[in-house]
Amino acid sequence: MPRVRVEVDGATYEDDVEPRLLLVHYLRERLGKVGTPVGCDTSNCGACTVLLDGMSVKSCSVLTVQADGCDVTTIEGLGSPGGQSPPATGRSVPAGSHPLQRAFHEEHALQCGYCTPGMIMASLDLLRENPDPSEEEVRAGLEGNLCRCTGYQNIVRAVRRAAREMRELAERVVTP
Amino acid sequence: MIPATFDYTRPASVDDAVRALSDAGEDAKLLAGGQSLMPLLRLRLAFPDALIDLGRVDALREIRDEGDTLLVGAMATHHQVIRDPLVRAHLPLLARAAETVADPAVRHRGTFGGSLVHADPAGDLPAVALALDAVFLVRSVRGEREIRASEFFVDWMTSAMEPDELLVGVRMPKLGSGWGVHYEKFHRTAQAWAIVGVACAVRRDGDVVEDARVALTNMGPVPVRAGGVENAVRGRPVSEGTFRSAAEHATEGTEPPSDLHGSAEYRSHLATVLTARALTACTA
Ligand SMILES: Cc1cc2nc3c(=O)[nH]c(=O)nc-3n(C[C@H](O)[C@H](O)[C@H](O)COP(=O)(O)OP(=O)(O)OC[C@H]3O[C@@H](n4cnc5c(N)ncnc54)[C@H](O)[C@@H]3O)c2cc1C
Ligand code: FES
Ligand code: FES
Repeated sequence: MPRVRVEVDGATYEDDVEPRLLLVHYLRERLGKVGTPVGCDTSNCGACTVLLDGMSVKSCSVLTVQADGCDVTTIEGLGSPGGQSPPATGRSVPAGSHPLQRAFHEEHALQCGYCTPGMIMASLDLLRENPDPSEEEVRAGLEGNLCRCTGYQNIVRAVRRAAREMRELAERVVTP
Repeated sequence: MIPATFDYTRPASVDDAVRALSDAGEDAKLLAGGQSLMPLLRLRLAFPDALIDLGRVDALREIRDEGDTLLVGAMATHHQVIRDPLVRAHLPLLARAAETVADPAVRHRGTFGGSLVHADPAGDLPAVALALDAVFLVRSVRGEREIRASEFFVDWMTSAMEPDELLVGVRMPKLGSGWGVHYEKFHRTAQAWAIVGVACAVRRDGDVVEDARVALTNMGPVPVRAGGVENAVRGRPVSEGTFRSAAEHATEGTEPPSDLHGSAEYRSHLATVLTARALTACTA
């Protein structure tokens, strides 16, 4: 069995894996990172989106052996648990949550929540390339992620809200 | 579902890849971006004995200026092609069409070469390759050969490549100055395959159409070059009338499929309307 070495959410793992093991199954079943769900068999829904070397991929369409030597970020790697974050007006957002996680909560951008990890990871990828997307650009950036509940309106609002906050945070960091 | 078992190799060079493909025999498959192959493996519509992963053959990702032509490596991703300054400057039609493929995550992994070899009639890039008079560079342990785009797409999801051959790259003549380009893709939901697509480039000289290239997506088992349309616009004034009447030729030589996205008749209607729109957009 091939041996892989991957960095996932900041920790390094070395494992023997079957070549046919999908990255999403490795994350969920081997590493216990069940924050990343599987929603389809056809790479259409985007629920399983993670960052591979910084770029969004559908982890159900990648073999674990293909990720050998790469850096993977899942929804579980976002934010800084236990860290500081501006107090949210809602109650149940854990301290240290990522601005996207907070904004999805604040804007009611989820109902069942199944699409949310993928939506947030795809949004992160979008904001890396375009820190101030228009409504239309958010929709285009998330075209590979399906949501059966929300009708997308609040998701778009949440992404733009998080973008604003992330820009402000970035400014605060550069201007001491 | 979980794919069936297979052997896995990850060659580091084209030579090694070609040898591995030959050694593995007919039931081996090359793995490029996996954006078509992985779903097929998961659905067990494909169950190769061996996968040869091209992901670490860096030489195949290169996009090179060859003077009058550009050589786009088979493993250049859609994402890479869209942003490449050479492609944007010399083959803007390719960049335009690649932007309409799938969604950002799929474009990060899916490759130009994989899209062409896969030869899906609804794929956007085969028609572009046809419109741009592309030449496919193919390699096997038996040697190298070139296949012209007009001979590359043989049938539904079938290319002219042999099972032991690897697509190295695609050579396309630079368009040169004076060309306007457009890819008109019709689909009903945000991220979807083309029901019909039109790849189009028009060169104008003042108010006259000097030259045109038109090819259609999903109007038959293989992409179709719309020679009738091209002839009907050459030397004619740039006008809505020219484009409308030329677009009537769009269905010549096509065999549009009927499926749940649309009947053959509907597709023929679309081809005419979209061709007129594409010609107009090229000269706007
Ligand atoms: C959700 C979704 C939506 C999509 N929407 C679109 C769309 O709108 N338009 C569109 O055009 N495409 C679309 N695609 C397909 C996408 O463009 C794929 O990238 C492409 O079809 C295949 O490229 P790949 O690199 O992923 O190839 P793979 O899946 O790795 O391979 C595909 C086939 O080509 C063979 N192959 C690959 N590279 C080579 C090579 N160098 N030499 C010889 N054989 C090779 C493989 O053996 C395999 O048979 C979509 C895919 C998904 C998952
Ligand atoms: S589970 Fe990966 S795209 Fe649906
Ligand atoms: S919140 Fe249920 S699928 Fe998006």
